[in-house]
Amino acid sequence: MSLELKQVVKRVDGQTHIHPVDLVLEPGSFNTLLGTTLAGKTTLMQIMAGLEKPTSGEIWFNGRNVTGVAVQKRNVSMVHQLFINYPMMNVFDNIASPLKIGGYSATDIKKRVGEMAELLHISDLLDRRPSELSGGQQQRTAMARALVKQSDLILLDEPLANLDFKLREDLRDQLPRLFARRECVVVYATTEPVEALLLGGKTVAVHEGKVVQFGVSSQIYHQPGSLISARVFSEPPINTTTVVKTGNKIAINETVHWACQGSTKQLPDGKYTLAIRPHHVTPVRPHKTAITIDAIVEVAELSGSESIIHFEAFGQSWVSQSHGVHPFANGEKAKLFADVSKAFYFDAEGQIACSADGGI
Amino acid sequence: MKRFSWLIPTIYILFLMLPIYWLITMSFKTTNEILGSFTLFPQKFTLANYKTIFTDPTWYWGYFNSIIYVSLNTVISLAAALPAAYAFSRYRFLGDKHLFFWLLTNRMAPAAVFALPIFQLYSSVSLFDTHIAVALAHTLFNIPLSVWILEGFMSGVPRQLDDTAYVDGYSFPAFFTRIFIPTIASGIGVAAFFCFMFSWVELLLAKTLTAVYAKPIAAIMTRTASTSGYELGLLAAAGTLTIIPGAIVIYFVRHHIARGFALGRV
Repeated sequence: MSLELKQVVKRVDGQTHIHPVDLVLEPGSFNTLLGTTLAGKTTLMQIMAGLEKPTSGEIWFNGRNVTGVAVQKRNVSMVHQLFINYPMMNVFDNIASPLKIGGYSATDIKKRVGEMAELLHISDLLDRRPSELSGGQQQRTAMARALVKQSDLILLDEPLANLDFKLREDLRDQLPRLFARRECVVVYATTEPVEALLLGGKTVAVHEGKVVQFGVSSQIYHQPGSLISARVFSEPPINTTTVVKTGNKIAINETVHWACQGSTKQLPDGKYTLAIRPHHVTPVRPHKTAITIDAIVEVAELSGSESIIHFEAFGQSWVSQSHGVHPFANGEKAKLFADVSKAFYFDAEGQIACSADGGI
Repeated sequence: MKRFSWLIPTIYILFLMLPIYWLITMSFKTTNEILGSFTLFPQKFTLANYKTIFTDPTWYWGYFNSIIYVSLNTVISLAAALPAAYAFSRYRFLGDKHLFFWLLTNRMAPAAVFALPIFQLYSSVSLFDTHIAVALAHTLFNIPLSVWILEGFMSGVPRQLDDTAYVDGYSFPAFFTRIFIPTIASGIGVAAFFCFMFSWVELLLAKTLTAVYAKPIAAIMTRTASTSGYELGLLAAAGTLTIIPGAIVIYFVRHHIARGFALGRV
């Protein structure tokens, strides 16, 4: 059961929402659509589902062109960010609704709904109305309805975004288990890079209606193909600045420079964009080769075990993420340390020129 | 100050209820008593007025006629307004906002403006003095209002509900009748209530378009002076009976109306 998008484009009122997208999602795979709000994730999902027709391009499913086929005939399931259930039906009827439409027998429906409710821990809520449930329970109901029929394609559009922290972790842990032993293609949209990593599988990095990178989630994280891809896959945002390489020296400015190490030695001389993840910029010097940054602290967010320091350096806004509590006053001048051996270098086109050595 | 906070609402309600009380007591009085003396309670309690209404076909058929065209009107208005409201709520099309506003402007014109052209028109296609004539004439006011109310309720339902139903395998008609209409049932209740109320109390069009066979109760009540002089007791009884259907309907939709007000559409 593979899903294939071929040169799919979506234009609305002369505005291009989706630029030509080519994508092959394999059977039994878990794919995360990662991108910011308005990146085009929902539009892509609606096109995959058949709720929206692409302006041009084709959608193939299992070697069959399904571009014009109505969603009712595609055997897909979808869960939305808002908890969407039928308000006037109880939980049982909500879960049973795709089966009833599908013409299953009453005993079969009862059995399947029972199993699904068991799996999602909502067995004792079956005779309640959705309005009488908590957000987590409502979303579980929506998921049960999506999973109860044997769909070929399951689309989850930020299903955990509106849940509170504890419930989100809970449900996220259950997710991969729910899809195990299924042959279907699962597509999961999220704005959070951490979620893409935690859920495993593959990631489709989406930015402004374009697929910027597609591959195994951890690989994209470790080897972003482009600056945009690195930006999409970084939370807090990745720090960037322009550097110049001349000979064996890489310099941000006259005072901040360092000698090339490892693979950066092979870089041709020239201008690059350096990108370094926030957790490689710390208030404590990690090792000798780390460079010193004269920073002006903008704001320091301290949680119990972690400090996120927003600061200004090299005329840019940078972020540092570190373990432990490191209090700074707003506007304070501070010295921070960047482990440049973990940095990425992108060329003038924003393509990767040199990855960090030894992983991140 | 606090001690007298009950005073204002009490006076207000008293003033509101006074005419209704007067109407009801009058309906149990004889016409002579009404005209001859000022009494707070019926001195000679009588049910004769009600008896007349329930036995005289020209009276009780007035109620039937009203109920028939009001029901017809409510059904027609909702049947037309439901798809229209769905379109306004779910689709963008050329001039949709202008059209939506234009619908409301129909309500701004007084019924008298339409009375003459509609009378001429209906006479020429021999619709005059039929229930459907009044029902159709009233849709002129009730469809815009229903569309306006229903659109508010429908836009309160997230579009993803439609998508979810299609994904589940519902066709559009199945979705609309089995999922969507039950979901906005309270909106339909509110719209039906307003159609009912408008049509029930509207007099001018109903009177103009009917003569004998479809004459509504409100028109019959305007024949106050008969051969035996003013029959005020009878009129009061008829008035009392006219209030009842409205009171029953409002009792059933009272909770939903509050929701309609909250949506700012009533």
